[in-house]
Amino acid sequence: MEALKSFNPKIEVRNLNFYYGKFHALRSINLTMPEKKVTAFIGPSGCGKSTLLRTMNCMYALYPKQRAVGEIIIDGENILDGRHDLNSLRAKIGMVFQKPTPFPMSIYDNIAFGIKLHERLSRGDMDDRVEWALKKAALWDEVKDKLKQSGDSLSGGQQQRLCIARGIAVKPEVLLLDEPASALDPISTARIEELITELKEDYTIVIVTHNMQQAARVSDFTAYLYLGELIEFGETTSIFTTPKQKATEDYITGRFG
Amino acid sequence: MNLYYKRRFINGLNLTLSMVAMGFGLFWLAWILWTLVDRGLSIVSVDVFTHMTPPPGSSGGLLNAIAGSIAMTVAGVAIGTPIGILAGTYLAEYGQKGWLSPTTRFINDILLSAPSIVIGLFVYEVYVASTHHFSGWAGSFALALIVIPVVVRTTENMLKLVPNGLREAAFALGAPQWKVISLVTLRASKAGIVTGVLLALSRISGETAPLLFTALNNSFWSADMNAPMANLPVVIFQFAMSPYEDWHKLAWAGALLITFGVLGLNILTRFVFRSKTTLH
Amino acid sequence: MTTLKSGSREKLQAFLDLAFKLVTRFFAFSVLALLAGIIVELFVGAMPAIHAFGWKFFVTTDWDPVNVKFGSVIQVYGTLVTSLIALLIGIPVSFGIALYLTELSPTWLKRPLGIAIELLAGIPSIIYGMWGLFIFAPHLADHFQPWLIDHLGPLPVIGALFQGAPMGIGMLTAGIILGIMIIPFIASVMRDVFEIVPPTLKESAYAVGCTTWEVVWNVVLPYTKIGVVGGVMLGLGRALGETMAVTFVIGNAQNFSISLLDPGSSIASTLANEFNEAFGKVYTASLIELGLIMFVITFIVLALSKILLFQLGKREGEKT
Repeated sequence: MEALKSFNPKIEVRNLNFYYGKFHALRSINLTMPEKKVTAFIGPSGCGKSTLLRTMNCMYALYPKQRAVGEIIIDGENILDGRHDLNSLRAKIGMVFQKPTPFPMSIYDNIAFGIKLHERLSRGDMDDRVEWALKKAALWDEVKDKLKQSGDSLSGGQQQRLCIARGIAVKPEVLLLDEPASALDPISTARIEELITELKEDYTIVIVTHNMQQAARVSDFTAYLYLGELIEFGETTSIFTTPKQKATEDYITGRFG
Repeated sequence: MNLYYKRRFINGLNLTLSMVAMGFGLFWLAWILWTLVDRGLSIVSVDVFTHMTPPPGSSGGLLNAIAGSIAMTVAGVAIGTPIGILAGTYLAEYGQKGWLSPTTRFINDILLSAPSIVIGLFVYEVYVASTHHFSGWAGSFALALIVIPVVVRTTENMLKLVPNGLREAAFALGAPQWKVISLVTLRASKAGIVTGVLLALSRISGETAPLLFTALNNSFWSADMNAPMANLPVVIFQFAMSPYEDWHKLAWAGALLITFGVLGLNILTRFVFRSKTTLH
Repeated sequence: MTTLKSGSREKLQAFLDLAFKLVTRFFAFSVLALLAGIIVELFVGAMPAIHAFGWKFFVTTDWDPVNVKFGSVIQVYGTLVTSLIALLIGIPVSFGIALYLTELSPTWLKRPLGIAIELLAGIPSIIYGMWGLFIFAPHLADHFQPWLIDHLGPLPVIGALFQGAPMGIGMLTAGIILGIMIIPFIASVMRDVFEIVPPTLKESAYAVGCTTWEVVWNVVLPYTKIGVVGGVMLGLGRALGETMAVTFVIGNAQNFSISLLDPGSSIASTLANEFNEAFGKVYTASLIELGLIMFVITFIVLALSKILLFQLGKREGEKT
């Protein structure tokens, strides 16, 4: 944990517990994610890594039976205190899902949809912003001639980059990625990983992955969760080379799960 | 070995019977359609579409009835569709908790199969009896009440087919729920909802019972929705039940038009949306 | 991150969110209100008859507009008998069709055959009536009914059902046509529930050497019986309320007769024939009371159908 001191904390999770109905899915999680770095959550399926991610933009609030207790502090404010407007909160925190989720509209409108929610832009400014976002997501060259086509017409990898562009277009500060490459082929996966590395110049990124090589490749920090508990958290290099916990070591070396 | 042959015989017999049952079902469809073509096709001519319903013993057409049917059907769909879509949206998008959604879903499924003549009685009681006259609007209201449950059911089913990820992705951008629903999920299920509307349209196109006490009939051209209005099903009913040969012929022509219109719509619906949407 | 706190824009969105929710909620509620409205209106409309006849309405066969005496036995009997005949025809045929579509049909034929059967439900009921009156009833009168009268008429007890002249129209004809009309409804429910049987379950039965029929009878049917009954109830609900087809062929006679060959009337056919011509408060109210009785019966039958189908769905949900 010593290493963390030299970074600005962006997101702090304090004593977080999460419940699906009666099921206790996360137990007393404490974790600090530094600004403009990539933090990866790893662990076997069902360990709570996606749940933790979805708590950070209050996605659980859509479902009546899901409940989070504790604090998640982003830029000094606790987003779980119920006093925040979730819509403006979510504008600050972009999210990309496991399966690509293009909206049933054109490529252009997919990007513009999110922008229009939070800003009033002139036609020209909107065009510029859409182009900027698509370039940032390394998709512009592939779609610049077919912006009016439906988002469904793209390949899976392109769709996923479209979703990343859509998230970036709102100009968030944090990007949450929930296994963004698990439904993609190796080449598309490589492009997404490159993209993540470029994007961390500007954004604080949190990524959930079940692929440990991926976590090792793209992340600066890694958290290992098991059965709803945070087992170990630290710099990726040290987690993967000299894990402090036996359980972490077992998981990483494949003796477990 | 004896038992084996017996089992094989029973199997063969019952499977044959099931084929016979299939044939039995198709037989009636073929017989009815053949009758309509046989009796109606020779009567259908330009006159049918250009002349009014005649008094007994003279020639005429079905123009006023066709026009009245189209007017009331369109009005019925126009009134019922928005109500059905909004109610179906509530059931699918806000329906996870509370008593309202499960109760409404249950009642809606019953209304879907409820006797349509009762709908006619109901509209008579609340509308015709208080305005003191039969009217095209009353007929349209009755038809709209039949449209609503069909559209509610398909809208809800189609919205539930929208992957939750799509909803979450829109929420994750900070969209308020009404925009998520109206701009993303409803749009994603557009094709399915259109199917529901077409199904409702084909359902009410042939409805007779609810019109008997509401729109009644009108032997003349009328574009006034506040007056009794001619319509194909009721004209067919009156003409077929009459003792006049001319009227019978026109009734067969009307029957041919209405049946092939409804079945055509039915098949078109399946074409628009190739998925199994059974509506009971 | 000051924008995290609610500003005026957020308040507007929150208001629109609430407004949208309330509007959709209102229309969802209106579906319930519609049902309540139907029941209340029918009840209010029937009040004069309820006052005039009370419980006697359910046990007398009077249907006498001139002397203003009304009872519902004729129409209720006609409704129940025609629906029962419809079920006797509809259930086995629908079962056969569902069996054929799920187990025997070549894959490429499944869809067109399924659609063809469902088109039976698309034919407007007035067409069934017209075809029944002009085409089917004369056939019955010439070929089928004389045979019934000769062979079943002399039998003890059930013979009473087959007395009279072969007129073609009557309760039997109405029942047969209703039977054809409900086939698509029952068959499509049966087909759908048969298809939810897990393939491994059927395969295990085949593996011990069952014939196709034995698999269907001993595995598929017991597994889906709740759904099958639900489908039958759905068909029954349809048959009870069917109006136009019955009105054409039932004969519309308002006198009580046991025989299926005699003309009779059902609740729906009486309403269709007499409501517009009814004179006087009590006559109209009696007709509305008939409508109320029919609505209550169909409501109960359809509710049972929904509950049964829902239970099958729930059991299915637990397994997966």
